[in-house]
This record gives sequence, C-alpha cells and structure tokens, in this order.
Amino acid sequence: MSLAADAPRSAARGPVLDFWFRFARNRGALLGLLILLAVIAVAILATVMFPQSPWKMVQRPFLAPFQVEGLPLGTDTLGRDVASGLAHGARVSLIVGLVSTLFSLAIGVPLGAAAGYFGGIVDDALMRFTEFFQTIPPFALAIVLVAIFQPSLTSIVAAIAVVSWPPVARLVRAEVMSLKRREFVEASRLAGLSNAHILVRQILPNAMSPIIVMASLMVATAILLESSLSFLGLGDPNIMSWGYMIGASRTVIRTAWWLSFFPGVAILVTVLALNLIGEGLNDALNPRLARKGR
Amino acid sequence: MSVLAIRDLAIRLPRGADRAYAVDGISFDLAAGEILCVVGESGSGKSMAANAIMGLLPDLVRVERGTATFEGRDLLALPERAKQAIRGDRIAMIFQEPMTALNPLMRIGEQIAEVFEAHGKLSPRERRERAVALAAEVGLPDPAAIVHSYPFQLSGGQRQRAMIAMALALEPSILIADEPTTALDVTTQAQILDLIRNLQHRHGMAVMFITHDFGVVAEIATRVIVMRHGEIVEEGERETVLNAPQHDYTKRLLAAVPSDVVPTAGAVRDTPMLEVQHLRKTYTTGGGLFAKPRVTHAVDDVSFAIAKGEVLGLVGESGSGKSTVGRCLVRLVEPDGGSVTIDGEEITSLDAAGLRRARRRAQMVFQDPYASLNPRTKIARAIAQGPIAAGTPRREAMADARRLLETVGLDASAADRYPHEFSGGQRQRIGIARALAMRPELIIADEAVSALDVSIQAQVLELLRDLKDRFGLSILFITHDLRVAAQLCDRIAVMQKGRLVEIGKVADVFLNPQDDYTKRLLAAVPGATWTGALESA
Repeated sequence: MSLAADAPRSAARGPVLDFWFRFARNRGALLGLLILLAVIAVAILATVMFPQSPWKMVQRPFLAPFQVEGLPLGTDTLGRDVASGLAHGARVSLIVGLVSTLFSLAIGVPLGAAAGYFGGIVDDALMRFTEFFQTIPPFALAIVLVAIFQPSLTSIVAAIAVVSWPPVARLVRAEVMSLKRREFVEASRLAGLSNAHILVRQILPNAMSPIIVMASLMVATAILLESSLSFLGLGDPNIMSWGYMIGASRTVIRTAWWLSFFPGVAILVTVLALNLIGEGLNDALNPRLARKGR
Repeated sequence: MSVLAIRDLAIRLPRGADRAYAVDGISFDLAAGEILCVVGESGSGKSMAANAIMGLLPDLVRVERGTATFEGRDLLALPERAKQAIRGDRIAMIFQEPMTALNPLMRIGEQIAEVFEAHGKLSPRERRERAVALAAEVGLPDPAAIVHSYPFQLSGGQRQRAMIAMALALEPSILIADEPTTALDVTTQAQILDLIRNLQHRHGMAVMFITHDFGVVAEIATRVIVMRHGEIVEEGERETVLNAPQHDYTKRLLAAVPSDVVPTAGAVRDTPMLEVQHLRKTYTTGGGLFAKPRVTHAVDDVSFAIAKGEVLGLVGESGSGKSTVGRCLVRLVEPDGGSVTIDGEEITSLDAAGLRRARRRAQMVFQDPYASLNPRTKIARAIAQGPIAAGTPRREAMADARRLLETVGLDASAADRYPHEFSGGQRQRIGIARALAMRPELIIADEAVSALDVSIQAQVLELLRDLKDRFGLSILFITHDLRVAAQLCDRIAVMQKGRLVEIGKVADVFLNPQDDYTKRLLAAVPGATWTGALESA
C-alpha cells in the first residue's frame, strides 16, 4: 500500500522501464520470452484445447501427422493424440522446472549466504556439506532418489531440487563474501544492526541479479532433468510428459519418427527460450558486463 | 613550434549522459619541449580529449568534429591501422593506475620489449638489451634483474616507472600522461614528477600532463589549460595562471586548494574522549606446509588520545596502518593487543551487545562515497536504520533523517531518492548525516574527502568544521594528504609502517617537524614552493 502511494513519482517508474529497454535490446531474449509465453499459454489452455485425458486412445495407432483430420500431430503406439500429449506435457515440464528451481533456491540461498557471511568454521562446515553433494553426479543421484521414493511428481521435483542447489549455494556465497567487505555493510555494523538484518536487508538485495539469471537457467536444466528421468521410465506414471513420450516411442523411431520428434522439438524450443531469456536478463541486470553494443 | 595542433575538437557523448558533449569545441597547441598541464575536476572532459587524440575513445563516444594535426596529418581522420602505427611509436601514453595498465602475467622486461616487437623494430636480442637500458634510465633499481619480475612484485612507483619505460621505448615526440601520479603516495609522486621532468628535458619531448591537482601543476607545468564542462576556460603560462588567474572558475579552484597557511588551533581541552594505548594489529598471510608465513605489523604499539571537541589528524602513506587504526577503534577490525577507551569505557573487551551500544558513540565516515551507501536503500532509510535498530520509533527516526539532511546542506526531499541520483560530494554529505544520526561523540573520518574534487573537498571540510563546533564532536581525521589535515585538525599524528613517528600541534608539525620521515613527507608535497610564494606575496 505504501508503495502505491509513492508510485506517482517519475523515478518509481524509471528503473522498471529502463530494465525493460535493456532487456528488449537483446533480440534473442525477446524471442525467448515470446516462445516461453506461448508455452505457458499452451500449458494453461491444455484442458480447454484438449479436454480429454491425453492417455485416452482416440484413433488407430501410428497415424502420421495430418493423416486424419483433428489429429495434426498423429497418434502414438497406442492410438493416443500426440498433440494433446504435448500440451499436457508442457504443464508438467513448466511446473517441475519452476517448483524445483524455487526449492533449490530455498536450500541454496540461505546456505550460501550463511557460509559467505559468517565465514570461518560455519563456512567450512556448510561448504563441506555442499561438496558432498557436488561429488556425486547430479543425474545419478536424481535417479537414485526417485527410485527410492517411488516416481511421482513430488519425488521428481524434490530429487531435482536436491541435486541442483549446490551451484546456487556457491554463487551466493561468493557474492556475499565480496559484498560483506563493502563500506555500506561496515556502516550498517557500526549502526548496530543485527547480522540477520544486514544479511537479509543490506547484502542479499544486492546479490539478486546473478541469482535471478542463474534461476532462469536452472528452470531449463530442471526441465531437461525431468525429461531424462521420464525417458528412463522414472516419470510419474499418471502424468503425460515430454520425456515419457520420447522414451515410450524410442523403439519405433524408424517407423514413426513424429512420436519422438515433436516432444523433442518441444523440449529443445522451451529450453532454448529459457536460455535466451537468461542471457537477456544477464544483459539487463549487469549492464556493465553486457557485451559491447555496436 | 607546435607539434600537435587541436582545432575545434568536439566529442559527442551517448544519449542519456549528463551533457551532450564531453569536449565541446576546444582548440590548443602543444609545443615541442613543453609540459602542458590540462587541469580540471572530474567530468571536465580532460581525459576524453587525450583519449580522442590516441584514438582510444570508449564505444558509443565519438569525435563529432575537429582536427588534431600531428606531423602534417589529421590524427582523427586516420584509418585505424595508421593510428596503430603512431600509437606507442610517435605518441605514447601513461595511465593513472599502473597495476591495471600492465599485463599481470608478463614480466616487465618482456612488456617493454613488446613495444619494439609491435612496431617491428630491432632483433629479439637487441630488444632485451634496450629493455634493460630503459629500465635503468627510468631509475628502476637493479635493472638487469628487475626486468625479470612480474608487475605484482614491484611497488606502485616502480610499476609507474616501468610504464614510463614502455612509453619512452620508441622515443615518441609526444607523451600523454593521464593522472600518472594520482594513485601514488606523495613521496613517490615527487620522484615520478622529477623523473618525467628529467626525461622530458633529456629527450625534448612534448608532454601533455592531465591532472586535477594544482600542486602538481605548480611542480611540473610550463603552460596550463584549465578545463570545465568540456570547454577551455583559461590558458596561459604557469606563473600567470597560478598567481594571476583571470577566469572566476580558476580563481575558485585555486582558492579551494588547501594551502599551507595553518589555521590557529583551538584550545585543547583536557578531558579525553578517546584514549588508545599500545594498540597492536598483526596480519599473517600465506604460510602453508613449506612456505613461511608473511607477518605484517599493520599497527605496532600505537598510543594517542583525543580530547573532547578536538580534531586529530592521522596522516600516513598507503600501507602505514592508519586505516587499520581507525577500524580497530570501533572493532571493525579486531585489535590483537592494547586498549581503546571511549569516554572511559574499554572497547576491546566488550561483548556483542555492549559493543553495539558503544558503537553508537563512535561513528565512521568512509572514503568511497560510492561504496559506502547501499545502492538499493533509499537515503532516509540508510540514515534512519541505525537509530531504528537502537530503539527510536520509526516515524521519529525518519523525521530526524530529513532534519539531518538539511543539517549537512542537502534538501530534505533527498530522503526519498536512491544513492545513484547523487554526486560524490553529495553522497559524502549523506555519509556524514548517517554518522550523525547516531548522535555520536566521536567521528572517525577515514579518507573522507580523498575521493572528491578540490572544490567539493573544501565544502565538505567546511561542513565537518561547522559540525564539530555545533555538536562539540571529537574527530579522528585519517588522511594521506598533509595539507588537508592542516585545514581541519588541531593536532596531527604521523604514521609510518605501523608506528606513530610524530604527534603534535599542527603548527609544530608543519613548521618544526622533528622526525626525518615527517620532514621528507612535507618536502614531497607538490607545489610546496608555489604556496610559499603566494603567502609572501
């Protein structure tokens, strides 16, 4: 409320518009944003466009794209609508990507911040803990976790979050270590502010830019991880996902190419869009590091 | 005879800059064998002009019109390849920060030899020999050995000498020096100025020397150009400009230069505000299984006291430990030994809660006005957060913050803005307001005016003096600049390599220094003779 009261000043609008212009200067990022918005729209409208369950058999199996009206992407090995599967799969991919990223931020940011700010033995303990996770290949760990806890949307999200937080912790730790030596932090200590207040109100807001950029790329990685898990048959058996579609049709790739091709393109395009957005965010948030404009 | 003729040079800044032109239609000549000082405050366009001549303008900044005639050709119109051939060969440049201007991974000798290589001159063997000869000429100690060292192994002054050796390698007819001594200590600065003057004389080069410091101008210039907002406001011989300036701006700049005229020190009261005894801080770096750790005595048995309402100047060169002393007093750095009492309360043994209370009485003003304010916190909040944490109701603290902004000479409306909307001098005022918000009795000002232009510096010093009188503050004023210290302080303490070598009344230290080091420090202050001349006039 108080924010809204302050808003009429021109300066309040300046930074947002400014940010948008810097972001929009990167054409690739704009394209990425458009693609992502399209994917989000498909995910939201999936139940409207394809009210039936994507698991339902609607036609003869192995129908090629455009062979039968109403099935633009054909049917799969059991006669299910591929287009419907793609639309419902978009939901799963986005949910898994976003939620698991949020969870890994929730683990990585506090750990990294504490390690960086307090240093010494706290830092040592937390970083050894982090390294423990880093020494295990993330994908192998994710497989083990999902296998132990039974494949379900929850366990997949949890497994992805557990394997992807260490880089966040490392990044936040490095940012905090460099920020805590700044004079404004010393001034805050002299003003008698508590450690928690300094860390949360003074340091972390200044470390947000790289965290946001990293998060956007982590969503992409999470989508890939989920697809890989589903491909291996470790997906939630009740949910249609892109990785599952590719995995289920890999045996017929020579006879029915479209079954693995379209979900593959969907993954590629979505991940590419997220990477483009990440790069645009990086340009917009770190204007001084942005590649030189011509 | 003019070697370089600049005519109607205009450099366009990108949209969104604070003005349209960095340099707006300036013309001047650089004559053979002269040292032309280009003086101006930050943002006056002096460095942009030099960079345009060298063809080193940043992206998005471009020359809009004008010519720079050198050896019959217009430098600004030459293709990049031709510019490259001239750079380093016919026109050389040295920069402010020799550490960043040298390649950290290349030995000094290789970097000097590389200049010949870049221009395809001499055989590799001759290049190496010339590198050693050049190192000797610029006065690097043990030239045959030092060419094998890396930049980080040299001191700041030695690095600048190496840069000068590179610049001299091909006997250029013009040397452009962009604030080459600004990052150096005053004794080193004196040596480098001496070296540049000698080399200029020996090689008959023309030197374009960019500086903000009138002391340096007095020391080295033949002719002076004063720049402001991208225009030349005054041009003339050194004596004329320094002693009989015509333009108002030059007069104001000169008036703002801290002079040697020592103000009468206020009577020192006896009640001590701060007492420091046998303070000690040792840093141990490195040291592993096989390496011997390096031990630095940053503060070595330092004792002094500050009375209520007194300003003590703590003066020393970089690395003398003066900042460490300041930070030890409020335990931003934990001292290793000794005692610090603020108004009778021992600081070194306090626990966290006690320290928080005690710190309210001793606040700090920091050097870098850009790093000392959180870029994402509004001014009012930055000032009020201390009092709020100490229990003052929020509304009251915010109102107090606005009043304080007016106290330090800013508009109360500044409270709702972010730090990036303010200039360096304004930010320093905000930093002072933040310190005052805690109603301290002692202020530690760590190089508080060093990053500011001289006219702004004078204003901030005036503000500190005024506040001291109004609130009866004690101030520990840490600085590397003896003249600035003399403007504000009642007493001066001189530090060298972690030890306090001299302490006394300002007039005594200045007119009758006891310690050898203090004498050297005073002798090295640039322009010492000039201000002397002014005084007697």
